[in-house]
Amino acid sequence: MAFDGMSRRDVLRASALATVAGGTLAAPAVHAQATTTLRCGFWDHWVPAGNGIMRELCAEWGRNNRVDVQVDFITSVGNQNLLTIAAQAQARSGHDILSFPTWEPSAHARLLEPVDDVVGRLVAKYGPINPAAEFLAKREGAWRAIPAVSGTQQKPCLARFDLLQEHAGLDVRAMYPAEDRTGPGVDQWNWDTFLVAAEKCHAAGFSFGLPMGSFTDAVDWVGALFRSYNAKFIDESGTVTVRRDPGVRAGLEYMVKLARFLPNDVWAWDDASNNRSLISGRSALIFNPPSTWAVAKRDAPQVAEKCWTFPMPAGPAGRFTPYLPYFWGIWSFSRNKTAAKGLLEFLSDRTSAERQTTTSSGYDIPPFGSMANFDIWRTEGPPVGVVYNYPLKPHHNATQSVAFAPAPAEIAVQAYNQAINTKLVARVAQGGETIDQALTWAERELRNFARG
Amino acid sequence: MAADGSVLVGRTEGVTSLQRFARRRSTIAFLMTLPLILVIGGLVAYPAVYAMYLSTLNRTMVRNIGLENFAILLDTDTFYMVILQSCIFAISAVLLKALIGFWLAHMLHDIPAKGQRKWRGMLLIPWVIPPALSTLGWWWMFDPSYSSINYLLNVFAVPSVPWLGEPWWARVSVIIVNVWYGAPFFMIMYLAALKSVPEQLYEAAAIDGATGFQRLRYITLPMMRNIISITVLFSLIVTFANYDIVRVLTNGGPRDLTHVFATYAFQVGILSGNVPRGAAVSLFMFPLLAIFAFFVLRGVTRRNKEEA
Repeated sequence: MAFDGMSRRDVLRASALATVAGGTLAAPAVHAQATTTLRCGFWDHWVPAGNGIMRELCAEWGRNNRVDVQVDFITSVGNQNLLTIAAQAQARSGHDILSFPTWEPSAHARLLEPVDDVVGRLVAKYGPINPAAEFLAKREGAWRAIPAVSGTQQKPCLARFDLLQEHAGLDVRAMYPAEDRTGPGVDQWNWDTFLVAAEKCHAAGFSFGLPMGSFTDAVDWVGALFRSYNAKFIDESGTVTVRRDPGVRAGLEYMVKLARFLPNDVWAWDDASNNRSLISGRSALIFNPPSTWAVAKRDAPQVAEKCWTFPMPAGPAGRFTPYLPYFWGIWSFSRNKTAAKGLLEFLSDRTSAERQTTTSSGYDIPPFGSMANFDIWRTEGPPVGVVYNYPLKPHHNATQSVAFAPAPAEIAVQAYNQAINTKLVARVAQGGETIDQALTWAERELRNFARG
Repeated sequence: MAADGSVLVGRTEGVTSLQRFARRRSTIAFLMTLPLILVIGGLVAYPAVYAMYLSTLNRTMVRNIGLENFAILLDTDTFYMVILQSCIFAISAVLLKALIGFWLAHMLHDIPAKGQRKWRGMLLIPWVIPPALSTLGWWWMFDPSYSSINYLLNVFAVPSVPWLGEPWWARVSVIIVNVWYGAPFFMIMYLAALKSVPEQLYEAAAIDGATGFQRLRYITLPMMRNIISITVLFSLIVTFANYDIVRVLTNGGPRDLTHVFATYAFQVGILSGNVPRGAAVSLFMFPLLAIFAFFVLRGVTRRNKEEA
């Protein structure tokens, strides 16, 4: 029997071919379905678009690698992220990847999967990771987490250049122009000059908005100041040196002088108080990432267009920039370690890093010095160049500082989260204790952190 | 029915000992209370015992160090401040809540029944708003830089008050918020107690020529003694364990001078990664409060027996 010239055998052959072809063509679609689910808990970004880009990058990688990437954003408001980390570490269950702030990778090192292979490949491509991030992420010779792009911030000076010029005679745009060079006056940009400027601006009604409470903004900038006086609260071996260290005493004496020119309520300020003081036009200078400027651009454009970012003043031991890095860590109890490493490597490459930094208006700082030249820092404004000097550049002649480094992580994490440095200053400047009394208190607290 | 309360079951054909056991009243009672026992065991007893176990571990939770965490805490100046502040906070807040609640209850009791309901409803509002939310409202009013209360003070030429920046004002602020939140609870409990005092007692006292104070001293207070004791005990326990008000308002600052046990335990245990020491902080008041509760409840039981 034949159909229009086709034999029964031809029809069968054609249908068999069609079945095989159909199956073959359909096969990739079947295999393209994600078989792995990767659960990520990233830091809930201050800059709203910062979450969107992370979601986008994860989806992109997930599509290409046939992995279902589920992303949660965990806020640091009310220390919710620290609570989540502690809960998951206790339960040995939760996300595969989690964002860890500052001291947390070290504190949870034994529960984090080593990521030397990923870091090795990234370093081979982009050069060394900054020493502060390496110190925090490496334990017992192994990288326990990857220094993250999203969320990592520095807290240099963010100031009203018009007010500093008018009341303190400082032309910060000339000192640190939006170019790879410094200008006149940089050699005099030290804590003594800063004190004089603070006094003048205070007298003019624009006190510097420097928090002195127990939140990270306060602990970070006070930590950088003490570091620039070569102060060590605890040494590398865990020995408490705070009472005998001349750097601590010198930094403390300086802070007591500076506190007289700060608003009288800085002891209760949180991480938003300094932002508000600049945006409202009450302060001439704060130490903060560009998020304050970004909010001012939206809510108080007349303030934003007079802002400028530039490095911290130098102390006897050099110039240090407060650094609050985030890290991406993989729990050792994760069931998808290979996929997790793949995603983190993708998020850390230059293209992904630039997309994160650009979307966050320059807020996110990559851990590689070779990435300090993203376009966004040059083009963002008004005023154009406002965040040019936000990332650390060679001509700044500065180093990133982490409060309480180089103390062992188990002690430093307690000192950091209990804000021992700001409380030390507050005891003298606000509480009326002598320097020796305050140092004795700090020594006892730090010793007890090491016990048990 | 047998003397032990079990239902007598005859040795009928086909009834196994298991079936007889299941038919006993004590077994049925046990089975019916089992869900509650499981809930209390899982959500109260287990966490409490686990917290006690945790407090005996070292920082990395791999070694038992007995009571060392408590010894370390007692060697820390900050912890002594926490004990002092917790006592100042709890005792002054409970006293103020009791006094204000007592006064409000009397005021309400004297309002005719028709208008009483709306006043009762309005006065209960602070107690029904979630404390974290209402504390956030208070924080805005006390905000270090933009306090609305200070704005009003300035209108009347009164200088600004550093509500949260100066230690004593910060202590006062957290107590004010706690009293604002908790006074309605005392009010409603005392109002219920007032309504149960027989009117004849007041009438008899009036005939005897008793003054208002004498009626309060010899009728109202003795009749309300049990409810006052239980309310104060309950509130003292809850206030000692308070967390959200201090956490939202001051975060324990300035200089740790407003920390209470719960906020300090959170700071030490969760934020600083020293869970065992945090557990020790949170357990510290347990024996003292247990002894206090024992004596208060024993007094209530004795008075009940005397009245019976």
